[in-house]
Amino acid sequence: MSELDLTKLIFGRLSWESIPLHDPILIGTFIMVAIGGTAVLGFITYKKAWGYLWHEWFTSIDHKKIGIMYMVLGLVMLLRGFADAIMMRIQQAWAFGGSEGYLPPEHYDQIFTAHGVIMIFFVAMPLITGVMNYVVPLQIGARDVAFPFLNNFSFWMTTAGAVLVMVSLFIGEFAKTGWLAYPPLSGIIKSPGVGVDYYIWALQIAGVGTLLSGVNLLVTIVKMRAPGMSLMRMPVFTWTALCTNVLIVAAFPVLTAVLALLALDRYADFAFFTTDLGGNVMMYINLIWIWGHPEVYILILPAFGIFSEVVSTFSRKRLFGYASMVYATVVITVLSYLVWLHHFFTMGSGPTVNSFFGITTMIISIPTGAKVFNWLFTMYRGRIEFDVPMLWTVGFIITFVIGGMTGVLLAVPPADFVLHNSLFLVAHFHNVIIGGVLFGLFAGITYWYPKAFGYKLDPFWGKMSFWFWTIGFYFAFMPLYVLGLMGVTRRMNKFDDPSLQIWFVIAAFGAILIAIGIASFLIQLYVSYRRRDELRDDTGDPWHGRTLEWSTSSPPPYYNFAFTPRVHDLDAWWQMKEHGYQRPTSGFLPIHMPKNTGAGIILAGISTVLGFALIWHMWLLAGVSFFALLAVAIGHTFNYDRDYHIPADEVAGIEAERTRMLANHV
Amino acid sequence: MVLMSPSGDIAAQQRDLILWSTFLMLLVIVPVIILTLVFAIRYRAGNDATYKPDWDHSTVLELVIWGAPLLIIIALGAMTWVSTHKLDPYRPLERIDAGRPLPEGVEPLVIEVVSLDWKWLFFYPEQGIATVNELAAPVDRPIRFKITSDRVMNSFFIPALAGQIYSMAGMETKLHAVINEPGVYDGFSANYSGAGFSQMRFKFHGLSDADFDAWVAKVKSSDEALSRVEYRELEQPSENHPVTYYASADDNLYHDILNRCLNEGDVCMDEMMAFTELGMPMCIAGDPRDRKARREDDELRELLDLTMADDSDRRSLNQ
Repeated sequence: MSELDLTKLIFGRLSWESIPLHDPILIGTFIMVAIGGTAVLGFITYKKAWGYLWHEWFTSIDHKKIGIMYMVLGLVMLLRGFADAIMMRIQQAWAFGGSEGYLPPEHYDQIFTAHGVIMIFFVAMPLITGVMNYVVPLQIGARDVAFPFLNNFSFWMTTAGAVLVMVSLFIGEFAKTGWLAYPPLSGIIKSPGVGVDYYIWALQIAGVGTLLSGVNLLVTIVKMRAPGMSLMRMPVFTWTALCTNVLIVAAFPVLTAVLALLALDRYADFAFFTTDLGGNVMMYINLIWIWGHPEVYILILPAFGIFSEVVSTFSRKRLFGYASMVYATVVITVLSYLVWLHHFFTMGSGPTVNSFFGITTMIISIPTGAKVFNWLFTMYRGRIEFDVPMLWTVGFIITFVIGGMTGVLLAVPPADFVLHNSLFLVAHFHNVIIGGVLFGLFAGITYWYPKAFGYKLDPFWGKMSFWFWTIGFYFAFMPLYVLGLMGVTRRMNKFDDPSLQIWFVIAAFGAILIAIGIASFLIQLYVSYRRRDELRDDTGDPWHGRTLEWSTSSPPPYYNFAFTPRVHDLDAWWQMKEHGYQRPTSGFLPIHMPKNTGAGIILAGISTVLGFALIWHMWLLAGVSFFALLAVAIGHTFNYDRDYHIPADEVAGIEAERTRMLANHV
Repeated sequence: MVLMSPSGDIAAQQRDLILWSTFLMLLVIVPVIILTLVFAIRYRAGNDATYKPDWDHSTVLELVIWGAPLLIIIALGAMTWVSTHKLDPYRPLERIDAGRPLPEGVEPLVIEVVSLDWKWLFFYPEQGIATVNELAAPVDRPIRFKITSDRVMNSFFIPALAGQIYSMAGMETKLHAVINEPGVYDGFSANYSGAGFSQMRFKFHGLSDADFDAWVAKVKSSDEALSRVEYRELEQPSENHPVTYYASADDNLYHDILNRCLNEGDVCMDEMMAFTELGMPMCIAGDPRDRKARREDDELRELLDLTMADDSDRRSLNQ
């Protein structure tokens, strides 16, 4: 074998030319990331925290810690995704009147693709999964999820996908295809580089994590509810989590399949979606949206659940219309599978097909509208405390109904013919994703933060974050609605018509306000940590909550509940408080718990290497890492040392400490 | 805002639909926003308003909150069904504008559109000409666009004229529209297609009959002709392609782009499908004659024509 072949076998397509040394923006970013990364790693080493992180966090199978790690991942990726957003806003406000702006198309096109991919897969999904992971077992009175190891593995697979996307920034390139990578543009002829391969493998690896976490939470909710918690006594957040995980389990395999077909087209000269040899792009577009539309409900349903919890807690009132809330959620779940074609009315389907999908889309607004009214009538005759989570909720209702309205408008096919792919569409989905999912997540984070860390978040910086986000949102996206009506299409990197510029400048200003909103949120985390003693909550129930997670301490012990609670009412904890519930202080039993394991992070690490090798056609490394993956997975099945019992004495000690804290509080 | 003040009848109807739908939805959106603010202020903790912590159900209210949106969606759904059929881009026009039905015997102007990396090619079979990145049509005469792509998917969109439709390789989409006011309008691709996408723009000229004839004459006076060789060059990716006029274009060029048989010896997709439908796919492989000879074989032609009447034509016949 000649030397050249050996190099190719080992390094594949990778060479020094793959490092974007010619791009000052990327070099600058790399230097910043390198300095920041070194500082963080150095700090961890200085604090001798590696062992702590490994034993207490990375290998943890505690759903609460995994939930928090998901949140950290989502927030870190939010910064990356937002950096992309602000770069696009600046480019579009700048590139007028013959100016090229500062981003050439090959860079700009990667940025909008990465922005979409990151925000959906590596911000919204981890944050939603993180909240569900943290809250669901506590709300249903369980000690952990059904498959604790799988939970850890899922998290690390999601992280592995995120790592690959980040690597693409500095080694090679990311896809230049838009976030759904429609062929033929994403086919090997038009995209011969590694960008689309990064896209495929990042999503395939993260997809394994998402799917398994969906299975896990689904089984947890179905099988592990506390005695007495019938389906119609489940908290609404758990209901929405159940529906979301049903959607994940049913929708993500479609994404896996369609990306696998695209990979076969690119790697093995198949012709599923090529222009010639009988391939058909319409098949790809249908399949990806059969996943893609349920995906938006995967994101929004848990946010609806969070608002339901928040609005009832802070109105000090039972949730209005619980049953219709549940039915609405289920109806949305089913209907979300019957609307995918509204993403491409303009592909030339006949009017009957188009109107069918248009009308099913509109029908979704009925249960959604019912939900909005239910929240309204929960506020009606309540005693509303405007803590930060409630502010997000009111901001959400007003913002979301506007997004809902423009969404229904886009569902009218002839209207969509002029609005499709325009900035009006971009404004619409940011209106519902920011105004719905993101506001919901901020409400949820503020609401459950004291549960997770034992102290509330600083309200001043929370309000700053809320107002900057909300006002920034209106400044950033209302101009896009206007531009859409002016016939401006999305994904443009320069413009001829100078009269458009002012709207883009306003939108860029809005993006800066949002940046301040994000900064306020980060400051809030820091300030709250500094003021943690003032903000501390000893009761475990700082908001006078209604559901079971508030019945245990903050943060909860690793076994969550010393005794499995019994549920007699929808608002289980509220009912227990009303009936003078006494915490048991004796008679503790040993608790059976799963043991930490490093298998998850190791498997995900090898998967990252495998993905990288496949992207760069490093066949030797790909083969080695594939067999390593198999070996570790099989090896893990021989690990029989998986569980242990917490002795009754230790439980008694922890519970006695809580008794003391509660006594001090009064 | 071009979508709110378009110059073509189809776009004007689409504008009306946007306005009516928005109005219908505002019937429920405005009260919701007002109620949210009113409830938020009235029932805030400091304000001594009625407090009913256990009130969580009201059948009347439930009926209203499911019923009101339902009624609006029924109205909107009916509007959607009717307008989607009426404004189906494949449907030949029945009127020139709100006040004028289509006069008897007026044939639409056929324009064949090909999206290339990153420019637009237009064929005028009636006039025998072709242009790149410039489109013209006479005012008040229906236009029938037949749209395809060389490879990457784009979306053909002239906001002042009518809604957009995708252009896809190996497939033909259709759009019927009419321009009612003379003027120069923007046209572009509304579906991202790669690096040169932002400049994949052209001007659409709505011209009086006389001006249109003059425009055609101007194109015809060009000394360029679009042959297959020229097309091969045109097909190469280019950004900001200048407006180009071709006095003539090769016969069947659009057909062969659409059916992906530009090289002599390729089997056209429509032929392939027709043979397959006739249950004799081997005919082509076994037929020693070249494509030109096959085309000139009347018997075969007739057989294929019967089979190849394409879907949309069948659809318009049915209506």
